[in-house]
Amino acid sequence: MNYLSDIDVGKVVKVNALLAKDLLKERMLALGLTKGTSVEVIRKGPKNNLTVFDIRGVMIALRREESNLIMVE
Amino acid sequence: MGLTRDSSKQSTLVDLFNIEKKENEHIIALAGNPNTGKSTLFNHLTGLSQHTGNWPGKTVTNARGKFKHGCESYHLVDVPGAYSLFATSEEEMVARDFICFGHADAVVVVTDATCLERNFNLVYQVMELTDNVILVINLMDEAKKKNITINKIGIELDLGIPVVLTSARNGVGLKELKDTLNLVMTNQYEYNNKSIIYSNEIEKKISYVESKLEAKINHIKLRFLALRIIDGDNRFFDSMKQYFSDDEYELINQVREEIHQEVNQEEVRELITEINYKEAEVLKNKYVKENANKFHKDKKIDDILTSRIFGIPIMLLLLTGVFYITVAGANVPSGMLADAFFSFEEVLTRWFHTLHAPNWLHGVLVLGLYRTLTWVVSVMLPPMAIFFPIFTLLEDLGYLPRVAYNLDHLFKKACAHGKQCLSMCMGFGCNAAGIIGTRIIESPREKLIAILTNNFVPCNGRFPTLIAIATVFFAYVSYGQYNRIIPALIVTGLVVIGIMVTLLVSYLLSKTILKGVPSSFTLELPPYRKPQIGRVIYTSIIDRTIFVLGRAVLVAIPAGIITWILGNTFIGDLSVIQYIANFLDPFAQLLGLDGIILMAFILGLPANEIVIPILLMAYLSTSSMIEFDSFDSLRQVLVNNNWTYLTALNVMLFSLLHWPCSTALLTIKKETGSWKWTCIGFIIPTVIAIIVCMMTTGIYHLF
Repeated sequence: MNYLSDIDVGKVVKVNALLAKDLLKERMLALGLTKGTSVEVIRKGPKNNLTVFDIRGVMIALRREESNLIMVE
Repeated sequence: MGLTRDSSKQSTLVDLFNIEKKENEHIIALAGNPNTGKSTLFNHLTGLSQHTGNWPGKTVTNARGKFKHGCESYHLVDVPGAYSLFATSEEEMVARDFICFGHADAVVVVTDATCLERNFNLVYQVMELTDNVILVINLMDEAKKKNITINKIGIELDLGIPVVLTSARNGVGLKELKDTLNLVMTNQYEYNNKSIIYSNEIEKKISYVESKLEAKINHIKLRFLALRIIDGDNRFFDSMKQYFSDDEYELINQVREEIHQEVNQEEVRELITEINYKEAEVLKNKYVKENANKFHKDKKIDDILTSRIFGIPIMLLLLTGVFYITVAGANVPSGMLADAFFSFEEVLTRWFHTLHAPNWLHGVLVLGLYRTLTWVVSVMLPPMAIFFPIFTLLEDLGYLPRVAYNLDHLFKKACAHGKQCLSMCMGFGCNAAGIIGTRIIESPREKLIAILTNNFVPCNGRFPTLIAIATVFFAYVSYGQYNRIIPALIVTGLVVIGIMVTLLVSYLLSKTILKGVPSSFTLELPPYRKPQIGRVIYTSIIDRTIFVLGRAVLVAIPAGIITWILGNTFIGDLSVIQYIANFLDPFAQLLGLDGIILMAFILGLPANEIVIPILLMAYLSTSSMIEFDSFDSLRQVLVNNNWTYLTALNVMLFSLLHWPCSTALLTIKKETGSWKWTCIGFIIPTVIAIIVCMMTTGIYHLF
């Protein structure tokens, strides 16, 4: 198991668990980051900060602080 | 019908929900994810008969409209865009409450054909809330471009609800949608709603809760209520209180407590979402065929626009380009307008002479009012009519989220919220709108920072001022030569300064009175879309240009008359204006301005658009008359009043950084609910503007 923030560009991984709480968790779920969802890492922004992911056919950018709350395999 | 609730509990939101209706009139809620073309569909359906306002007691915009089709007439309510009904924002809360308690006769869920999987999630949620759901799959033209094919009949059979394929911006599929609405409203459509079946354990609980509630509660779908009781959506229950009577609420609370003891709600909530999305995935895989590479084109464009190295330079280049086109294109129409207005001024003057009107009346109305107003229109209108459409075009393309993406690391460093960049971009339109836009930021600390710094990007009211002064003063390097690059660079530079000040002040605030770390942030990068030229021109000309100019003209009329009178009322040797100007002058000189400029800024508090009009009126009322031919003569007026490059620069800097207009200040008061923060919102920019202008003046005088 890894953090989503550590995955390289171009890789596809599956969501395993969300470590986020409350509103953030709710928001992640609303975006479709449920268990077993495939996520592709599309692009890393300046300073490796914002990273763009393909989440259920939509491009979503997350900061490192958020993407390392998502466990993947 | 109506809600069964204590009359004392009537909230304004409920009032709005009870739209009065006659026979054959139906209330339709229009729901959907953001960016699905929902508003386009709304506009196409309702045309001009629409009405916008705020949801009562909320700050979320609400649009309603009417249309007729056959014998049926419809009230269409545009529900705020939401990803999910498990509300995480005020918009989503309003959306959920309206769909739950608004008594709509049907809910139309608008979805984006290019990302149906996520959209289906919302469809399933709405289907849990209400029976009469119509699914609109919009943006079919985009889907076609991306080679996505959709099996409409399959989806319709599987969901058991009507499905309509549309391409709203081209008007495709709207007739089918209206036909479908008529069918549904006259009960000719046979619904076969297939709701999601959860795990055995959850289903058992649902039945149990339903059995407990069914005797007493009948104005909300029990299955939905039961699910929320089981997954423990506390925010939902907080806002639900107002729609239930005390008895009902008590009963619900009893059941909640009972259920809470036996369920791990967090797990259940995750499971429910998971199953919801799994169904959405299955549905999509079954009926939607798409290339694995549907992002290909967007990725290519993003490679350039959001490149680590070129992202920001390209952004600046684009901005300069926009200003360049504005400056270059505005010159000729400005001159033409000025000529036309001036020849009409001669006609007006002749009329006044024929009518033997007194000289002072001619002075006030023609020389004071008409001349300055027409001057303002000819200087401000052409740049606005060019700048706003181009800016709207970039917005429509989907460029703004990319700007947020490019700049996010800077905002993060400033300990600000990522979405502050978006509210900042809205500020380019209007700072009051930008301040309202900060509602997308959940954390109160970061929202305050975003509110207090929004003013540092120039709004629609100040852009024309900046562009006009940059053009007037820096386009004519020498006589006859018209330089367009320098003004464009100057305005871009000012925007950059504005953004830098935004970041710096955000940083300082986060380190002092608003300490804290940046909170979570998710940013959607929507696919690039071909802008709808018609809409762009309509919104930018009507909504922006006419609005800004109209406001400038309206506020400038009384201001113009007063200024002219003050300028021509003499006490001793000096006019009243000169007295005021002389009084302000010593301080203004420290800022590299003069008394009249400072007076114009002070009088410009109601609207930044009128700073230039007042300035001109004040100068014209005291100086001799001059030939009128647009930009160059404006420069002459200014130079005759001792303007130097420093004056021009400082006027622009002061305009960029000074106090917010009264509308923006009132909005700050409304959003923060505190006079303290409103005062701080006034003081910070004012102090910064004064310091910066003093610094440039100091540096200028050193050399």
